[in-house]
Amino acid sequence: MDLNKRYTAQSWPDHPETATLEGKNKFVGFWLLLAAETITFASLFATYLALRDRGPSGMEFSSSGLFELPLVFAMTMILLTSSLTSVYAIHHMKNHNFKAMQAWLGITVLLGLTFLGLEIYEFNHYVHLGFGYTNSAFSAAFYTLVGTHGAHVLFGLCWFIALMVRNSKRGLNMYNAPKFYLAALYWHFIDVVWVFIFTVVYLMGAIS
Amino acid sequence: MSSLAQKKGVGAVIWDYMTTVDHKKIAILYLISGGFFFLIGGVEALLIRIQLMKAGNDFLSAGLYNEIITMHGTTMIFLASMPILLGFMNAIMPLQIGARDVAFPFLNSLGFWLFFFGGIFLNLSWFMGGAPDAGWTNYASLALASEGHGIDFYALGLTISGFGTLIGGINFLVTIINMRAPGMTYMRMPLFTWTTFVASALILLAFPPLTVGLFFMVFDRMFGANFFVVEMGGNTIIWEHLFWIFGHPEVYILILPAFGIFSEIFAIFSRKRLFGYTALVFATILIGFYGFMVWAHHMFTVGLGPTANAIFALATMIIAVPTGIKIFNWLLTIWGGSIKFSVPMVYAVAFIPSFVAGGVTGVMQAIAPLDYQLHDSYFIVAHFHYVIVGGVVLAILAGTHLYWPKMFGTMLSEKLGHITFWTFFIGFHMTFFIQHFLGLLGMPRRVYTFGADQGWDLFNAISSAGAAFMAIGVIVMLINIVITTVKNVRVGNDPWEDGRTLEWAIPSPPPFYNFAQTPLVRGLDTYWIEKMEGNKKGMVYAEPVGDIHMPNGSILPLIMSFGMFVASFGALYFQDDSKPWTLAVLIIGLAILFGAMLARSLKDDLGFYIKKEDLIEDAKRGGNTDGSK
Repeated sequence: MDLNKRYTAQSWPDHPETATLEGKNKFVGFWLLLAAETITFASLFATYLALRDRGPSGMEFSSSGLFELPLVFAMTMILLTSSLTSVYAIHHMKNHNFKAMQAWLGITVLLGLTFLGLEIYEFNHYVHLGFGYTNSAFSAAFYTLVGTHGAHVLFGLCWFIALMVRNSKRGLNMYNAPKFYLAALYWHFIDVVWVFIFTVVYLMGAIS
Repeated sequence: MSSLAQKKGVGAVIWDYMTTVDHKKIAILYLISGGFFFLIGGVEALLIRIQLMKAGNDFLSAGLYNEIITMHGTTMIFLASMPILLGFMNAIMPLQIGARDVAFPFLNSLGFWLFFFGGIFLNLSWFMGGAPDAGWTNYASLALASEGHGIDFYALGLTISGFGTLIGGINFLVTIINMRAPGMTYMRMPLFTWTTFVASALILLAFPPLTVGLFFMVFDRMFGANFFVVEMGGNTIIWEHLFWIFGHPEVYILILPAFGIFSEIFAIFSRKRLFGYTALVFATILIGFYGFMVWAHHMFTVGLGPTANAIFALATMIIAVPTGIKIFNWLLTIWGGSIKFSVPMVYAVAFIPSFVAGGVTGVMQAIAPLDYQLHDSYFIVAHFHYVIVGGVVLAILAGTHLYWPKMFGTMLSEKLGHITFWTFFIGFHMTFFIQHFLGLLGMPRRVYTFGADQGWDLFNAISSAGAAFMAIGVIVMLINIVITTVKNVRVGNDPWEDGRTLEWAIPSPPPFYNFAQTPLVRGLDTYWIEKMEGNKKGMVYAEPVGDIHMPNGSILPLIMSFGMFVASFGALYFQDDSKPWTLAVLIIGLAILFGAMLARSLKDDLGFYIKKEDLIEDAKRGGNTDGSK
């Protein structure tokens, strides 16, 4: 692959992420990885549902009273919006508009950071209420499920930032286009998982 | 002299293997390390049989016995059988589909090194305060009560090696989906490639639940979580579910590639196209599919209730149908063939009755009420050794003979091979057949000794004698390997003379780019078709000779795996108050891991090209170079 080959919006292929064999391999491989990730989160969800509200006798916490729904709603909206902005970024990647792509990725990262900050605040708040990781099976299942998602958000942010910094000087080519595409795909996956967390953990918790 | 062929010193060879991304070299690494762990697991098996040789034996203490049975099972499943099969997949599958490498050569190397460091980590437990002792299933109620760090070694070691296996599975799937040679449609793929495909899909979907379960175990034991601690609201049955949602597909991850190897052998040595190829393919897919529906048959006695037990009993029995289809297809492949009883074929023929015996006892255990009787008895031990040894290990031994010439360019001795076969085969049946009756007489599994008044002496003594035969068989095989390597008689492309698939159309061992020209596949058993039509060039090619793009080697996979290895020690001792350095070690290890990942991400790795002229010169000398650049 020739990194020095210059593309214009006209010579740039419609689907740069799968225009090379390497790109095709990464595309298929990443979808398969997401299948494995789905099973991972399914296992975590199943465990959470089995251990929800379970704790030592006399535990004062329950999913119906603990969670701060307004805060979680704000986090949900922020993360959903960040998924939309990453779609814009990939739209511009496909149009070979590097600057616009970087700008939208930057907005995505800012939204992701906001989400992560709110999540840290939320966890901190629960711990101060006495809902620590080691206090009950419920707390362990909750923090592990939501925390694993948070770790994925952190990883996704690091990935975006690394890609943006690494390629800031040289723009788009056939080598890095699949990388941007996959990072965005990963971000969507994180978003979908959060939709399930919001529904299963927070909303179903509130009505249980 | 072309730039492809260079003489190298020992240090350079070792460095080459540490950095290689060539699927054939990684296969050799898998074979050597898997073989090494196979020997360790075998010694552990012998120790078990020596202890049970007679009533009231005190050769091993009860605690040490528990450690040895745990490590025997864990080692044989995770560190011996699976890596050796992954080795064959690596060595053969890309050749069978006409690919020059796997889809992700770098990840292929990473997968190996993760497995390797995970296995080393697990076995270091012997020297660092005691091995895991809660059985290879590591049930949480038992494991949480285990003192020392044995269980921690188990949980962390299997996490590391499990990541490696998962990466390997994704890699094979993408390779088969994207990198088949022109004309190689799905329904022209050799059976071994098909079984690799389905087994990789099972790896993809089965390993995440195990990883999650192991993480829960790590958090419970090392970071104070309460997933399995009942008085804190936890539930130990969650471990059993997660473990067996992984554990049952794992059985098929092992046996399907074994089926694939035997399918190749039956066709080659009967000199006949596989009978019912299509049925074999669909039976493979069905077995993979049903493999996820039956995990609770390991948990009939847990008390899930009659409805759950009935559903899982029925699902389990259904699996016998596609498996039976396979057995009949193999028999009808042999039927009317021009049979040659070379060593691989002898194993394959012996596999059928052995495996059927294991399958029949499996269906017996699927009957939930009967399983209440058989559960945790030696009947179970006999059953799973019949399927694992009678299926997987026989396939590994057969596959070693079959593919040795392709991997190393020399032919293992037929005579010694037959000696290995007969001693191993007799020893296997002697050891495990009688254990069915020990089980029916009431001997429970996982007990370190028994009384003289229980009437189990004779059968146990016979069983132990059989184990000695198996050990002799393996030793003869090692001698065979040494003699063959020292003699170093080189063989040609198609040493069995009746090869049917693409791997037999190229030199043994293949050049590092596999195919100078990508072949054109014109049907099932494509090389056989060319031979029957008298094609002197070997194959029809899909492209002219041209530059070939190859990936660069890299040391980063080893560094990443080492980072996880280091981090695991930090986690392992995290709860020990006497060791204040644990958090630092954990962070350093993760920093190595993520630093190497970042380096991989930031540094462009575009690979290199082999020039057309070098290829032509290489072909003149027989194409037998092993040069990497």
